[in-house]
Amino acid sequence: MNILFSAISKLAKALGVIFAVVVVNFFLIRLAPGDPASIMAGEAGASDPQYVARLREQFGLDQPLLVQLWSYIKGILHFDWGFSYRMKLPVLDLILDRLPATLLLMGAAFVFSIVLGILLGVLSAKTRYTGQRRWLDSVIVSAALVLYATPLFWLSLLAIILFSVVLGWLPAFGMQSVGVELTGWAHIKDVALHLILPTVSLGTFYMAMYVRLTRASLLEVMGMDFVKTARAKGVSASHVMRRHVLRNGLLPVVTFCGIQLGQMAGGAVLTETVFGWPGIGRLMFDALMQRDYQLLLGIFLVTSAMVVLFNLLTDLVYRLVDPRIEFEGGK
Amino acid sequence: MSKRFSTKAMQLAGALALLAGVATGAQAGGTLNAIVQPEPPILVLGLNGQAPTQYVASKIYEGLLTYSADLKPQPGLAESWSVSPDGLTYTFKLQKGVKWHDGQAFTSADVVFSADKFLRAVHARVRPILNKYVASITAPDDLTVTFTLKEPFAPFISLFGTDNILVIPKHLYDADNNYANNPANQHPIGTGPFMFDKWERGSSIVLVRNPNYWKAGLPKLDKIVFNVIPDSASRAVAFEKGDVQVLRGGDVDYVDIKRLEQMPGVQRTTKGTEMYSTITSLVMNERKPPFNNVKVRQAVMYALNRDFIVKNIFFGIGKVATGPISSTTQFYDPNVTQYKFDLKKAKALIAESGVDVSQTPIKILDYPYGSAWSRLAEYTRQSLQQLGFKVDIEATDAGGWAQRVGNFDFDLTFHFTDQFGDPAIGVSRLFLSSNIVKGSPFVNNEGYSNPTVDELFAKAAGATHEDERRQLYSQVQKILVDEVANGYLFENQNVTLYKDNVKNLISNGVGTNANFESVTVEP
Repeated sequence: MNILFSAISKLAKALGVIFAVVVVNFFLIRLAPGDPASIMAGEAGASDPQYVARLREQFGLDQPLLVQLWSYIKGILHFDWGFSYRMKLPVLDLILDRLPATLLLMGAAFVFSIVLGILLGVLSAKTRYTGQRRWLDSVIVSAALVLYATPLFWLSLLAIILFSVVLGWLPAFGMQSVGVELTGWAHIKDVALHLILPTVSLGTFYMAMYVRLTRASLLEVMGMDFVKTARAKGVSASHVMRRHVLRNGLLPVVTFCGIQLGQMAGGAVLTETVFGWPGIGRLMFDALMQRDYQLLLGIFLVTSAMVVLFNLLTDLVYRLVDPRIEFEGGK
Repeated sequence: MSKRFSTKAMQLAGALALLAGVATGAQAGGTLNAIVQPEPPILVLGLNGQAPTQYVASKIYEGLLTYSADLKPQPGLAESWSVSPDGLTYTFKLQKGVKWHDGQAFTSADVVFSADKFLRAVHARVRPILNKYVASITAPDDLTVTFTLKEPFAPFISLFGTDNILVIPKHLYDADNNYANNPANQHPIGTGPFMFDKWERGSSIVLVRNPNYWKAGLPKLDKIVFNVIPDSASRAVAFEKGDVQVLRGGDVDYVDIKRLEQMPGVQRTTKGTEMYSTITSLVMNERKPPFNNVKVRQAVMYALNRDFIVKNIFFGIGKVATGPISSTTQFYDPNVTQYKFDLKKAKALIAESGVDVSQTPIKILDYPYGSAWSRLAEYTRQSLQQLGFKVDIEATDAGGWAQRVGNFDFDLTFHFTDQFGDPAIGVSRLFLSSNIVKGSPFVNNEGYSNPTVDELFAKAAGATHEDERRQLYSQVQKILVDEVANGYLFENQNVTLYKDNVKNLISNGVGTNANFESVTVEP
């Protein structure tokens, strides 16, 4: 009963956060100069105040702000997320069209960064601990520092030049080859090839973070008494690492996982821009430039929902990794 | 024995396949890969007239005419036309046997609908011209359209390309005059050589060959793919790698143009923009000090070294302008006051004007279209500081810029505008008093008002004889130059880069905005 109650209260808080995000952003984006009508008029070279007024009327921009907010919220509750006047398509359709691409990229980058990050972090800590091949530790830490400090888009461009232009191994942009109809395995292979460079570019920064986090956390745990006891008993180093050290040292990593997923949910705009990846990050950027209010709010709604969801999941995972942590409100 | 038989069989099959290919008239075919950026919001011309939409939709839609490199009208959907001696009646005879992409027949009713109802409702540039000059549009029969004007308007014949009076299908749009929300907008139907196939948003737009195009044997290409690549450096890489075969002006940064044109197998041309003849101007808000004083404006012109600007900021891609009408259009007059770079003269003019420029700090509104424009703003700031101005630069994005300029909320800014082949269409809008309206850029945002100029422009638009028009435009140019109505900086040149195996890319005055019917890509 307590768990149910705490689950419901978490959900209620989550919904509250999402609602607050939408309302605050509703007012915030109107602070930027220009509105969709003036942008469209500017593009058309229109010199017609009546035309602009008519556009405003059509977009519902001439009504008082609170009325607009209320009709927007009502729409959301009916699953009508609004209409993008610029692209002449419903917002929900536009977002659902681009969301899978972002989720694919996010998932791939997440797996890449976590697997490689923890692996290298463990390797680094282990060599430090056992005292053998300590140079490996130095190499890994330095590499992590360099990758952490290097700007993402520069790395991406260098990678494109090396692997795409010079070596010709990988495609330079996009999610799939255009102009050819591929199905089944050929299509999956095509997308996978296109996915490699963006994944590595997006995941590298986080991987470097994981290396450092894991290493530091593991080193701390490895200095504790129970580890010394286990080694004294004769348990092998790798057994100690797997069964005792790793589980205790993973909490900071889990925390960062939640943060990373939240950040990437915002739609890695830089990566999507450099690689021409058709995700919602790029969609959000374009919507902002064009002051496409409805589309922008829809995207904020989706991304804030994802961030909240990932935070909730992170809380759950905490509980799994360390049963000593109480689920909030569990008493 | 069986081995010899199977080899022979294969040879025979191969020969048959070759014959079959030849018999179906297989031209080179092929796919042209280009770039469209930024991604257009919609592909229906008229509803949107921005450059990306023009680039793609000009292959789908057609107008009654098209225009050669020296801006002479050529047959389009109209096979012939005539203008009455008094300049009031324009009669077009339409091509026979033209079909829309969905199979319906194209008739004069489509032309009348497009001009009279559709464009009048949605097209910002065509609407005022239609309302002011056109008395009626009629279709005496299925293949004839007549435009009757209220008064003569010589540039009228220049308005029949796809960027102005194009033709859209009446049977899809006439039912409901809420044109912007018509579901047919998602699948554009035109009469042009290419049909809309699909649009993966964020990724690409694909056009395919129209097998029933009314010009026999055309188009040559099978497919055109417009790739959406948001980052400038990535676009340059795509071209280098060969994923894309055409880069048009604005696709990559000037730095990349210099680098890419040196690559083997790359051709470069600046042709194809004669119809547009874009010109870059410095716009000074003349409603308030210090730019309401003509001597201050003249000083600014003397203080800017425009040769330097073209050579060093725009990498030599441009030509210094001598007036607000480009040298590539008709009615250009080189006999005007020359503003050669002369700092001493500029300082003397400031002193003469009696304005203490250090007392009125000014801000330059950065034109948000690339790094070259930021450099231009920085250069202008340094030049003006030498005259004693206190200058700051404000950054903004495209939406903010349009808003501020449209509301006259700026001191100094830059823009480039198209001239569309005739001063009455592309130039006068920047200087007429009647065009001082809030709400959009690219009109008379500087607030320049001179009744003589208004009169001259009006007379020149209405005059029927070329010589008369030439004389009037010469007078106007002299006044606009002497009074520095705006700071005409340089004539843009758009460099189009393309690979060796692309042929017939630029064949007339609209360049890459032509319909690509005879473009071929050799394997």
